[in-house]
This record gives sequence, structure tokens and C-alpha cells, in this order.
Amino acid sequence: MLEISNLHVGIEAGKTLQPILRGIDLVVKAGEVHAVMGPNGSGKSTLAQVLAGRDSYTVTAGDVRYLGGNLFDLPPEERAREGIFLAFQYPVEIPGVANIYLLKAALNAQRMHRGEPELDAVDFLALIKGQLKRMGMDEALLYRPVNQGFSGGEKKRNEILQMAVLEPRLAILDETDSGLDIDALKVVADGVQSMRSPERAIILVTHYQRLLDYIVPDQVHVLSQGRIARSGGPELALELERRGYAWVDGDQVAASRAEAGSQRGAGA
Amino acid sequence: MTAVEHYLGQFARLKATLPGRRLPWLAKRREAALAAFAGQGFPTLRDEDWKYTSVARIEKGGFGLSPRAETAASTVSADAIEALVLPGTQRLVFVDGRYAPSLSSADPLPAGVTVASLAAMLECDPERLHPWLDRPRRDAAAGFAALNAAYMADGAYLHLAAGAVLERPLHVLFIAREANLATHSRNLVVAEPGSRACIVEHHAALGATGYFTNVTTDIVIGQDAMIEHYKLQEESTTAFHIAAVNADLAQGSRFASSSFALGGALARADITVGLNAEGAECTLDGLYMADGHQHMDHHTRIDHARPRGTSREFYKGVLSGAARAVFNGKVVVHADAQKSDAAQTNRNLLLSDHAEIDTKPQLEIWADDVKCSHGATVGQLDTEQIFYLRSRGIDAQAARAILTYAFAAEMVERMPLAPLRARLEWLLRGRLPQVVQP
Repeated sequence: MLEISNLHVGIEAGKTLQPILRGIDLVVKAGEVHAVMGPNGSGKSTLAQVLAGRDSYTVTAGDVRYLGGNLFDLPPEERAREGIFLAFQYPVEIPGVANIYLLKAALNAQRMHRGEPELDAVDFLALIKGQLKRMGMDEALLYRPVNQGFSGGEKKRNEILQMAVLEPRLAILDETDSGLDIDALKVVADGVQSMRSPERAIILVTHYQRLLDYIVPDQVHVLSQGRIARSGGPELALELERRGYAWVDGDQVAASRAEAGSQRGAGA
Repeated sequence: MTAVEHYLGQFARLKATLPGRRLPWLAKRREAALAAFAGQGFPTLRDEDWKYTSVARIEKGGFGLSPRAETAASTVSADAIEALVLPGTQRLVFVDGRYAPSLSSADPLPAGVTVASLAAMLECDPERLHPWLDRPRRDAAAGFAALNAAYMADGAYLHLAAGAVLERPLHVLFIAREANLATHSRNLVVAEPGSRACIVEHHAALGATGYFTNVTTDIVIGQDAMIEHYKLQEESTTAFHIAAVNADLAQGSRFASSSFALGGALARADITVGLNAEGAECTLDGLYMADGHQHMDHHTRIDHARPRGTSREFYKGVLSGAARAVFNGKVVVHADAQKSDAAQTNRNLLLSDHAEIDTKPQLEIWADDVKCSHGATVGQLDTEQIFYLRSRGIDAQAARAILTYAFAAEMVERMPLAPLRARLEWLLRGRLPQVVQP
């Protein structure tokens, strides 16, 4: 479903381009759940944002294939309509736009893209109310402006609600677990867990292992300094929890030194 | 012939056709106003209050000054104005500045309420108008006000006796039919103590282009009375619109003003509120949306003359294309006006690099025990919000339209009068067609 090859991404800082991702290779197949872990600044959120189409980053090398096509050919809205969903780490507040309006506009944009008729108000409300109940959300939140005045937990639930309504092919959850208490974490995790299906791939970007107690991933990747330092099964997350990020960071520092050394060697 | 001479010359010809021509006091007022206009002429960019708004196009307009018979009210059908009607209101319609009884409603009025055309009142009961029309004007310095005072032909008259309540809002609808015509309308609202009414002043065109509306609305609010004045300006985008609202508030009275400006090639609104006695309150809301080469100017002035007055002002602007807008909000707290409470906000959304806003809050405070605040912002659409909407499958253009709608809709949602709010929502959607029906 998703093939990332040698992806290099930077962000403009003044006149220079600050590299963030420095050669990511990752293959995610339908039906799989991948956890992308890493310390702050390792580039894991950047990866999530770049996949969704954020234009504040610059892709300097590499490519990403999604469903066989070049992902970078598609603007963000086309990616969404083709089934990519990003649950934001910091869901954006939009005063003046009702939550239910966004949900309906998003769903109908997708349905139109697939050549399906728009849902009418009655069918839409029935769909939404079922999902709302599962997320343990108050119906009043539908009529409030998007994320405005929502608690941290409500914002995260709202992201999962959108995901459940939009039924993406590829769901990317950017630190959806951060800032949640244990009850909210469980609701969110159940919501994600129920989305697992043979047709759908899920990428969980997370700092902590605890979300993975509820959603056991097929593969775990650990990012450090813009590269995947290690990949493995669910046991890798547990080992990381035990040994801390310094363990993989140490590897990366050694790798960088070796690389710098070989470049010097080549130039000499 | 200069533009000023055009107005002077036409006056000599038309004065015998203006309403109240047999009233010596009115004739004197008109002549004096004309003399004042001859002295000042049109405002120029050198006038502080007109620094950002050039009226050269009005000056050079060469407008006709009396409507032709063939475009008279009788040629407008009720169907033609159907879209402009606000359900549930009492309606007074003016076509090219003249009262159109066939289009107006003739519902019975509550006791103590008089609704009439100003011209008709000048014919049948001029003494009721005498004290209000025959008085020195505070705005006498502005050329357009003088022109209005000289040429005023008709308008709405609303009188509320003490304690009278007009439950149905009064919809005063001005329809432009004739191209290149100047109309000078005057509305007069007199609310005796304890009375209450809501007035919608609405300006629209039925096919007319290049015309010039010069309208003045005087509102006198007695003790503990309450007047709501909602204005919807949806003139032709080829028209010129110069409007003044002057409200004078007595003790404990309240005035609520909303000004929605959407039309006009050049539109200027001056709203002047005098909190002339203790405990008077006013709220001034406004929304201007300008596109293409439209120019929109709001000048407001609130005088806190006596203690314990409250004023709240909130204006928003949306500017796209090469449009230009001016917002000047002046609040004067006089030495005698202790415990005054004034707050003013102006927020602007610039959707294009070629659009421009000049916003200027002006606070003059001569008392020491007061609470005053003001703030003005100019911004663009939030890129984070645009990306969030796009990441949900909404295309970039629709995302921008949705966010623009949300910005403007805040003012529409503050409109308590439901049929007017519905009209505003409809107009807003017309401007932003990418916003789908919720």
C-alpha cells in the first residue's frame, strides 16, 4: 500500500535547509499496523505530516508510492480522498465551523470522489450518532466549532471519530496517545483497534510504549536523527521501554561518525 | 459648469417640486443647506475624515436629480421585490427615493405608533416634523449632509408615543430603478420615553447602475426607550452610497446598530451616536465585504457626554480582489462622563495581496474614572486551518471559502432578527459559492 524509499525531507531555517528525515525506507502493506517510535526531534511527526501533504517541508530526495502511484503528485485533499487520514498531534481549532459541518463536508468530498451519492442529513446523522456513542462523546460536540474549547482528550477523540467516519485505507495517528489519561487512552485505543481490517493499514506514531499494550503492532520502527535505527516486532517496543532512547541514539551517533569518517576517507 | 454649480442650478429648477415647498421654515432650511454646500463643496482627501476616500467619481457623476415618470413605483411589481421582502415585518418601500404605497404594507399599527412617508407628512401634518427638521445639524460640516438637507425628497417617518411598542420590525426598503440618478432620502425616527421599535434600513437595486444614494437617518431616543437600527446595504456594485445615521440618546435609553455593507462601487457610512444623558447604552456592529475594486468606508463616532454610559462596538471586514476599506472608530469620553465604559474591536481579513484596509481606532478621553479599550487586527487565513481542512478531503478553494464564511458569519449570527439573518446568510453564500449548505 505504502512504499517509502530513501526519503529525505528538510525544513527551511533562514537561508539554509535543515535536514529532518535523512533516508527513510518503509513498506506498509494492507492489513498491517506499524508503530513508528522515537525520541522528540527524531522526525516521526515530520514523516506523518509529509505523508498527509503538509507543504511547509521540502522533500529533497527519495519517493513515496501509495497504491502504486506517486504520492507527491497528489495535493493533500486528493490524498485524503484516496484514503489517507492523518490524526493530528495537535488538532486545529476552527472557530465558526461546526464540527458536524466538517464531518459532513469531508465525508461527502470523499464519496463524490468515489462516484457515490452524497449522504443526506438523516443517513449522515444516523451514521455519526453510532460512532459518537462508541467514542463516548457528547452529541453536543457535533454542534460546537471544530475543536474549539474541547479538552485535550475531546480533541483526540474527535480525531478518531473523524477517522471512523471517513474509513481510511491508510490511517496515520500522530501521537494520538499523548496527553491522554488512562481512560481516554483506552477509548481511543479501542477506537483504533476496531478499525483494524485486512484492507486497512495503520501507522501509529508514538513516543511511549503504553499505547502498544492496547494495539499490538505487526512491526515497530525506531526513528533516530531522521533515520530508522531499528525495526522489529512488538518486542522491540518493550526493549526500548526498558533501555530508553539513548540506546538507539547511541547507535545513530556511532553510525553518523562512521559515515562522516568514510566521507572524509573518500575525499582524501 | 462645475459639479457644485450643477447641484445649485438644478435646485432652482426643482425646489418647487420638493415636498413641503409651501413651508417657509423648510424652504429656509433648504436654502441655508444649499448655501452651506456651495461654500464647502465635496470633501477632498485633505479633509481628515475623508483622507482615504476620494469622492471624485461622485463629484464627476453628473447625476440626474429627479426621477423620470417611466421608472416610477407603479412600474415595479410586487413579484419583482419578492426576494428583498423580509417576512414578518411591516414594510415601507421607496423606489428611486419616492414612496411606493402599492409595494408597502398597510397592516394596522399598534396604538401610539405612526409610520408614514416623510413627504406625505410634510403635506398633511408638517408641524409634527417641524421641531426635528428645523434644527441646526451637528453634521452640517460635511458637504453630503448639506446636500441631503437641501434636496431631501422622501424617506421613512416613524413616531413612537411614550410607552408605545412596535412589535413587528419596520422594513424600510429603498430600491434603485433608474440609472445615473441621485436620490436624497431622509429617515426620521422619534421614540418617546419608554417606547421600543426595530427598523431595518435596506438599500438594493433592481437593474439600476451608476446611481448615487445620499441618505440620512436621524434617530431621537427618549428616556428608557430602545431602538434597534439594522442596515443592509446591497446596492449595485456600480453605485455610489453615502449614508449617515445620527442617534441621540436620552437617559437610560438604548440603541443597537448593525451595518452590513456588501454593495456599491464606493460606499461610505457615518454613524454618530450621542450618549447625551446618564446611563445610555449603545452597541454598534458591522460587517463590510468588499471585492473587485469596491471601496467601503465606515466612520463611527460615539460621544460619551454624561456619566455611566456604555458603548460596545464590533466591526469586521473581509477584503478580496483589489478592494479597499476604511474603518475609523472614534470614541470621545467627555470630562463629565465619569464611569463610562467603552469597548471597540475591528478585525479584518485580507484575502488578496492587492486588497487594502486602513483601520484607525481613535480614543479621546477627558474623564479620569472610565473603562475604555480598543483593538484592531488585520490578518490572513490561517494556513494551519487550511491544511487541516484539506487533510480531510476538502479542496483548497473550498477550505478558504469555508474559513472566510466562518469569519464573516460571526457578525451574521449576532443579528437577532431572523428574516434579516436569513437574507444575510443567503448573500454570504452567494459570495462564497464553494461553501455547501450545512
